[in-house]
Amino acid sequence: MRNSGKKYLLIMMLLFISSTGLFAADNTHIDSGATAWMLTSTALVLLMVPGLAMFYGGLVRSKNVLGTIMHSFVAMGIISVLWVIVGYSMCFGKNILGGWFGWNSDYFFLKGIDTNILDAGIPEYVFTMFQGKFAIITPALIAGAFAERVNFKAYCFFITIWSLLVYNPLCHWVWASDGFLFHLGAKGAIDFAGGTVVHISAGVSGLVAALFLGSRRGYPYQVIRPNNMVITMLGAGLLWVGWFGFNAGSSVSSGLSTAQALTATQVAAASGALSWILIESMHQGKATALGFASGILAGLVAVTPAAGVVQPYGAMILGFLASFVCYSAIQVKNKLGYDDSLDAFGIHGVGGVVGAILLTFFIRPSWMHEAAAAVGGKWNLWNQLGVQGLAVTIAIVYAAVMTFIIISILNKFIKFKSTETDEMAGLDRSYHGERGYGMLNPS
Amino acid sequence: MKLITAIIREVQLDKVREALIEADIKRITVSRVSGHGQQRIEEMYRGQIIVPDLIPKIRIEIGVNDAFVDITVNAILKAARTNGEGNVGDGKIFISPLEECIRIRTGERGGTAI
Repeated sequence: MRNSGKKYLLIMMLLFISSTGLFAADNTHIDSGATAWMLTSTALVLLMVPGLAMFYGGLVRSKNVLGTIMHSFVAMGIISVLWVIVGYSMCFGKNILGGWFGWNSDYFFLKGIDTNILDAGIPEYVFTMFQGKFAIITPALIAGAFAERVNFKAYCFFITIWSLLVYNPLCHWVWASDGFLFHLGAKGAIDFAGGTVVHISAGVSGLVAALFLGSRRGYPYQVIRPNNMVITMLGAGLLWVGWFGFNAGSSVSSGLSTAQALTATQVAAASGALSWILIESMHQGKATALGFASGILAGLVAVTPAAGVVQPYGAMILGFLASFVCYSAIQVKNKLGYDDSLDAFGIHGVGGVVGAILLTFFIRPSWMHEAAAAVGGKWNLWNQLGVQGLAVTIAIVYAAVMTFIIISILNKFIKFKSTETDEMAGLDRSYHGERGYGMLNPS
Repeated sequence: MKLITAIIREVQLDKVREALIEADIKRITVSRVSGHGQQRIEEMYRGQIIVPDLIPKIRIEIGVNDAFVDITVNAILKAARTNGEGNVGDGKIFISPLEECIRIRTGERGGTAI
C-alpha cells in the first residue's frame, strides 16, 4: 500500500517535470519585449473606458451622471464576458457563412488557446485580451449619441446584440487574415487601429439610434449644460494617454512600426486640439475647454486608421482637417436639430471618415512600393483611395442598416427610450436608485 | 406684493418652470434644498434599506404683484402635483407679504420693480 503510494508520487513528479519541459520549449518563442508592450497596451486601452465614462459623464446633467458613466462601465462587464465566450471566435476564427463572420471552436470560451504563442512572439491570451478592449469601447462610444434618454436594460440588450451582429463581423472583415476587406486592393483597406471598425461603426450606429429615439425632453429649446467639465477634461486626458495603447499597441509588436504609430498619435491629437480652439476662437471668440477636449478626440479618431502609414506631417494635417470637418459637422447638427447628445456621430463618425479617406494622401512611400510589389505592377494613391472609399461605404451602410434592424426589433420587447417620468427624474434615480452628487445637499 | 415660496419635487422642476413660463411668470429664483415633511422614502445601499433623514427638494421663490398671486399659485399647483390627484411629498407653497422690492440697476421701488 505504502509502496504503491510512493510509485504514484513518483509518476506524478515525472509527469510534472515532463510537462514543465514542454512549456519551456514553447516559452522560447516568446518575445518578452513585444509581450511586455502588448500587456501595457491592453491596460492602456482598458483605461480608455473609464476615461470615456468620465468624458461623457461630465457632459450630461447632474441627474444623469451615474447612468451615463454606467453606460461605459457596464460595457466592460457585458462585452468582456461575451468576448471570451464567442466574440474572439467570431472576429478571428475562419470564415463561415460566406465570410459574414469567423468561427473557430478552439476560441469558444478561449478553451483551446491555453498554451498558444502567436508568430509575433506574444501569448495568444494577450492578443485576445488586447482585441477584447476594442470590442468594449466601441459600443460604449455609441452611448454618447443617445445619452440622457435611454432605458438601462434596453441599452444592455442593445450593446450585446450590436456587438455580436455589427462589431464582430466588421472586425472580422477588416482585421482577420481571411476577412474580405483585409484583402481588398493591393495590400488591403488601411485601418490600422480601428477607424472603420471602431469609430465609423460606433458613430454611424449612434446617429441611427439617436434619430430612432428622437430628442431629449426640451431639446433644443431648454438649455442642457454639462454638470462637471472637470471630470470631462480628466476623461479626455485619460483617453489621450490610453490612445497610445490603442494605436501603438495595434502594431502587435514592439519595434519600428510601434514608434511610428505612437508619434503619429501624439502629433494628430495635439494638432487637432489646437486647430479646434483656433477655429472656435475665430468663430465665437473664446477657446473653450470642451473645444480643446473635442479637438483632442477628433485628432485621435482621425489618426486611428492612419497611424501605421502616415508620417508626422501627415498626422498633423489629418488632425487639423478632422477638427475642421467635425466642428463644421456639429454646426450643421445644430441647424438640422437632431439630438446627437454628446456628438458621438459628429466626432467619431465624421472624424473616422475623415481619417480613413484622407489618410490616402499621406501614406509613406515605402508602403506604396510594397503595395505595388504585392499587386505586381503599379499602385497609386487613387487606386488606394478607391479601396478606402469602398471600405468606408461598406462600414457605414452595414452599421446603419444593422443598427436600425436591431433597434426596431428590440424596441418591440423593451421600450428603448426612457419614459417621460424616468427621463425627468434622471437616469440615476430611475434605473440605479442612486445620486451622483449627494454632497450638494445636506443629507 | 407677495413672496411666493414653493417647495417641490426635484423631478417636477422642468414641468413647473414650463407652466410658469406659459403663465408669463419668468422671473424666478431656484435652489436645491433638503428637508423633511410627511414623505418617507426608502433607498437601497448595498442591499440594505435605509431611510434618509433629509430628502432633496427644489425651492422656488417668486416675488409677484397681488394680481398675479393666483395665476402663479395655480400654475405651480397644476404642474407640481403628481399623477393627477397628488402624492405625499409633492411639496408646499408659502405666501408671505413682501414689504419692498428694489431693482438694483435703477433703484426704482415697489410693484414696477418686480
